[in-house]
Amino acid sequence: MSTVNEKITEKIRSEAQRLLSTGEVAAFIGYEAGSLPMSVRPFVARKQEDASRLVWNSFCVLNLANYLPALLKSFEPPRRPGDPPPEGPLPKVGILATGCWSRNIVVQIKENQVDRDRVVIVGVPSRGMVSARKVKEAVGERDIQTCIEEDHSLKICGEGFEQELNRWDVVRDNCKTCVHPDPVIYDILIGDPAGERQVQDRFAQVDEIEHKSLEERWNWFADSFSSCVRCYACRNACPLCYCPTCFVDDSRPQWVGKSTEQTDTMLFHILRAYHCAGRCTDCGSCESVCPVGIPMRLLTKKLNKDVLEMYGSEAGMSLDEPLPLTTYNPADPQGFVLTEKSEKGGDR
Amino acid sequence: MGTTSEKNWEPKIVAFLCNWCSYAGADLAGVSRFQYPPNIRIIRLPCSGRVSANMILDALRSGADGVLVSGCHPGDCHYISGNLFARRRFALLNNLLEFVGIEPGRVNFSWVSASEGEQFAEVVKEVTDKVKKLGPSTRLVKRIG
Repeated sequence: MSTVNEKITEKIRSEAQRLLSTGEVAAFIGYEAGSLPMSVRPFVARKQEDASRLVWNSFCVLNLANYLPALLKSFEPPRRPGDPPPEGPLPKVGILATGCWSRNIVVQIKENQVDRDRVVIVGVPSRGMVSARKVKEAVGERDIQTCIEEDHSLKICGEGFEQELNRWDVVRDNCKTCVHPDPVIYDILIGDPAGERQVQDRFAQVDEIEHKSLEERWNWFADSFSSCVRCYACRNACPLCYCPTCFVDDSRPQWVGKSTEQTDTMLFHILRAYHCAGRCTDCGSCESVCPVGIPMRLLTKKLNKDVLEMYGSEAGMSLDEPLPLTTYNPADPQGFVLTEKSEKGGDR
Repeated sequence: MGTTSEKNWEPKIVAFLCNWCSYAGADLAGVSRFQYPPNIRIIRLPCSGRVSANMILDALRSGADGVLVSGCHPGDCHYISGNLFARRRFALLNNLLEFVGIEPGRVNFSWVSASEGEQFAEVVKEVTDKVKKLGPSTRLVKRIG
């Protein structure tokens, strides 16, 4: 009796094998087993023999869409700015995509980073990914040597202990509040679609902070972001961050200082989140890769909430709808504008 | 930036004004001799759509006690829709700053047309009053040493 994930792994391998052997794709982005328990490694299969290395489990927390634009570019002949686009069909790339990853691919397509015709998307409905941090907490930070995954439980073993955890208890917060687990675009679908999930209060974590007083919010921000070491793992793991030069690396003008001083760190996190406004799909990569456990996802979640409430839009849900910040509506809310509130003079 | 000794403290407010409406409005206020507080430092930009979050946050980081961003009224933009794109961005930034605990009133947005000299003076008064009530800015200010 094999588990759901083992069945998915099996199908992923056979699909990747087929795509690579027929030459339909030149490379296939997936995961291979990591060297530590509860870890997987993003992996680009380039030969059909590589397909058997692909795996699928509950620890696939990194968003694979992150690797797509650069990998596609690597198959293009080199050209200088102004040169005409290469002629003829370019090699395709296969990629695994859950709900949020596929939405990120949609965003990348809309932002002209990815050519839809050059990607073969293998959709996998997501069952929610597990937070390794939560697992470690659940076993009291003891050293974990093996982790055996069943459909609804995790068996954690280490020196002198063995513990069984309920899988859903250690699923990441963003997956628990996810409403779109199914890929929105795909060429091949593996497994059965899960359908839209009903979530009681998807923005509960954001609401909790919004209900605090101004002082409490500032203290929350200062406390929870103070341990940042500015490693930029959150930026590097983010499929939205593909700028050739990031604002944090700019030195003229230097918008954000490079130190771990409080203001520098805060400005970095405000701007990083703000750059994801209307584009973030709450995939949780940033939070999952953070070495010190900063809840930076709450900032992007807050922006997602505002975008949904004010502009009725969620990132990457369709290829036709423009991204919310690349469009406008004359009737957009503007209660925050002084001259609209004070009604002094003027004919408006 | 500025002295913090309580009695003499006067806020410094950075105003990003669009070239076509608000800057002309400020000019009109001056030409028409409307009095307004001398606390603002005007930076002229081509359009309110040119204002990025970087600029607003950089002003705060450099010690500005308040920021004012002002552009053409919706529908009157010299570039047709620059202010409408900007409006979405400002709304999100405004909410995000409040979410992380920046006092409401530090960063302000307004629409002032080229013919609204008097209204420009009013806006500056309103913003200056607000920032005076809030006191010197301490959050997101980079202190060296």
